[in-house]
Amino acid sequence: MEVFVVSLLNGLVYGMLLFMLASGLTLIFSMMGVLNFAHASAYMIGAYFAYTLSLYVGFWVALIVAPILCGLLGAAIEMWGLRRVHKNGHIAELLFTFGLALIIEKVVQMTWGLIAVPYRIPSGLDFPLFDLWGTQFPAYRAFMLLISALMFLSIWLGLTRTRIGLVIQAALTHPDMAGALGHNVPRVFTMVFAAGTALAGLAGVIGGNYRVTEPGMAFSMGPIVFVVVVFGGLGSLTGCFIASILMGLIQTFAVVLDYSLADLLEVFGFVVTKATPGSEFLMVTLPRIAALLPFILLVLILVLRPRGLLGTRDT
Amino acid sequence: MSTQTSSAAAMSAPSFLRRHGLWFFMLALMLVLPWVFYDHEKGRHSGFAITLLSEMALMSIFALSYNMLMGQAGLLSFGHAVLFGVGAYFVAHTLNFIRASGLPIPVELMPLVGGIGGLVCGVLTGYVATKQRATAFAMITMGIGELLTAAALMFMTFFGGEGGITTDRVVDTSIFGIPYTRPIQVYYLIVAWAMIAALLMFLQTQTPLGRMANASRDNYERTQFVGYDPKVIRYWQFILAGFFAGIAGGMYCLVYEIVTFDTLAAVKSANALLATYIGGAVGFFGPIMGAVLVVGMQSGVSLHTSAWLLYLGVVFIAMVIYAPGGLLGLFANHIPIARMGRLGELVVPYARILVPGLMMTLGFVLFVELTTHQTINAAQGKKFSLLGFAPDPGGTMVWLSAIVAMIGGALWVRHEGRFFMAKWNALIEDAKARGIVA
Repeated sequence: MEVFVVSLLNGLVYGMLLFMLASGLTLIFSMMGVLNFAHASAYMIGAYFAYTLSLYVGFWVALIVAPILCGLLGAAIEMWGLRRVHKNGHIAELLFTFGLALIIEKVVQMTWGLIAVPYRIPSGLDFPLFDLWGTQFPAYRAFMLLISALMFLSIWLGLTRTRIGLVIQAALTHPDMAGALGHNVPRVFTMVFAAGTALAGLAGVIGGNYRVTEPGMAFSMGPIVFVVVVFGGLGSLTGCFIASILMGLIQTFAVVLDYSLADLLEVFGFVVTKATPGSEFLMVTLPRIAALLPFILLVLILVLRPRGLLGTRDT
Repeated sequence: MSTQTSSAAAMSAPSFLRRHGLWFFMLALMLVLPWVFYDHEKGRHSGFAITLLSEMALMSIFALSYNMLMGQAGLLSFGHAVLFGVGAYFVAHTLNFIRASGLPIPVELMPLVGGIGGLVCGVLTGYVATKQRATAFAMITMGIGELLTAAALMFMTFFGGEGGITTDRVVDTSIFGIPYTRPIQVYYLIVAWAMIAALLMFLQTQTPLGRMANASRDNYERTQFVGYDPKVIRYWQFILAGFFAGIAGGMYCLVYEIVTFDTLAAVKSANALLATYIGGAVGFFGPIMGAVLVVGMQSGVSLHTSAWLLYLGVVFIAMVIYAPGGLLGLFANHIPIARMGRLGELVVPYARILVPGLMMTLGFVLFVELTTHQTINAAQGKKFSLLGFAPDPGGTMVWLSAIVAMIGGALWVRHEGRFFMAKWNALIEDAKARGIVA
């Protein structure tokens, strides 16, 4: 029970972090029609910006400023990079973001070094919030949950209840018609791209000190975020939310449940030993394949239901 | 590349040589190059050069097989290394099996064994991947790539975990009696197989399957109307690409005699993608140029700087923005102007863009090297030097000149670029008016 509740909470924290990254990517994905490989790089840059800023002005200013800087960077990339490449087709756009991700990783290595930087949780939040059967739940995780819940609420309200949100929705699905009605669609795209990048940056600010801030963080996070976006479905924020939470829970629980197929067979009275054919495969425990699960899900969903959980059109 | 198969008349010696001269040139180059780097003082081949050339040859085959998907069928794969790696593992196990059982399978056939491994892997993974196309295909291949890389670290029997599978190519089963103890012997074996594989891939572009892959890339719906199933086309194309990627993997195993999970990993797939795109996916020979360039940077430039991947990334991005046809496309663009005999008119514009271009590049390289030195190399106790100069990396002047050269050069290039484009467009317009370009 204790393990269950703690894992549930941790899974939620991780899931919400994923959602913060994936929500921006979903919007950008629906807009461009291609996945943005550099999205997780914005997450990394957010973390590094926050680290550097927190050295000088403290965590709370960094929490506001770092995402804004990321957003500006995103706007610049969209206006001077992606827009140019757009005329060369989808593959060129995809490859552009791919190259960008490579460059950003190297630039981060050049600027901040090859090893992880000591980006720590602010001392004001570094205390256990409550006790669960002897296991402490850190206040910082609750803070992460709070921030991501606030962000989810504001995106959702912004997209459905404001005028600009409706224009964005229109521009995502019917760009030509929205343009014909006098809306500046390219500017809407730039805004969405910048906002998505800023969100990824925010995820970096609060995720970088929860996990670890190192040059490899973008490439370890990127594929998982892709899985979430594809799994949730194109253009669906709700699907994205469900997929994020699901992925967070799956990954957390898979680490805790130390069982293998051999254990399952043992329940039915079939004991697997080293001599059993395929024993190597049967004896792999769940925590060891935890990292594999998202990709198995990705392949399955793309083959069986390419539009994802709640998507409106095929990937 | 004409679609018509040549008749007997066209097979007469001079026109045959002219049409296929590039192949003979490549073969001759590959045969001669090891002797260019021959170390006469020590009386042996340069090990570095031989390994580099072998790597170039096998990466060319890998990139060509990647282009069977990207260039020919319009399928962007992010997990192509899986096919390469499985081929390599197949060969490693086969070599170990030969050693253990004494079965007389010739070493010369090892790349073919790798090809079969890649083929089997292509049949299995392709069945899943080719159900979709475009972005979904890219994502599935990425998923499969990540899956197999993680699985390679997990299952010891086939993949050998982190240590990989080591093997020994000296098993004395050669049909020609060659022991393959020296790298040069392996190099010539690789040249032979690279030529065979490249030729087969070239011929494949002329087959109905190759043509229909082009058709399904260019117009997916019409292909269906004509009565072909694009899924079947994709599947066959994928399997064949797997076969050739496996051959490249087999060569890899022969050269290095160790196969680790790196051969399956995303970085390897990315290398194939970079090589193919930078070289040019539009023509058959593009990926070879790209592979030579990428391997050259990987092995040559990386000796001098740890930032080589950054340079490669910048070259790649520049290609995506300014030259979507890759290096080959850049050359091809000049053909109509050359046909008019007015290539000379471009010399001055090129010269004018070269000076600021060099200035910008040097400024950028200096800036990058200074930064890398500050963060990474200085901690390792290395001394800063660039092109033989060794300025003080802490000095303000060095930094200032790097930044000025970089930004000033960029602005100047922009200015000259306008002049260049004006001239270029005028020439192309002229070519259009004369009916040389469509």
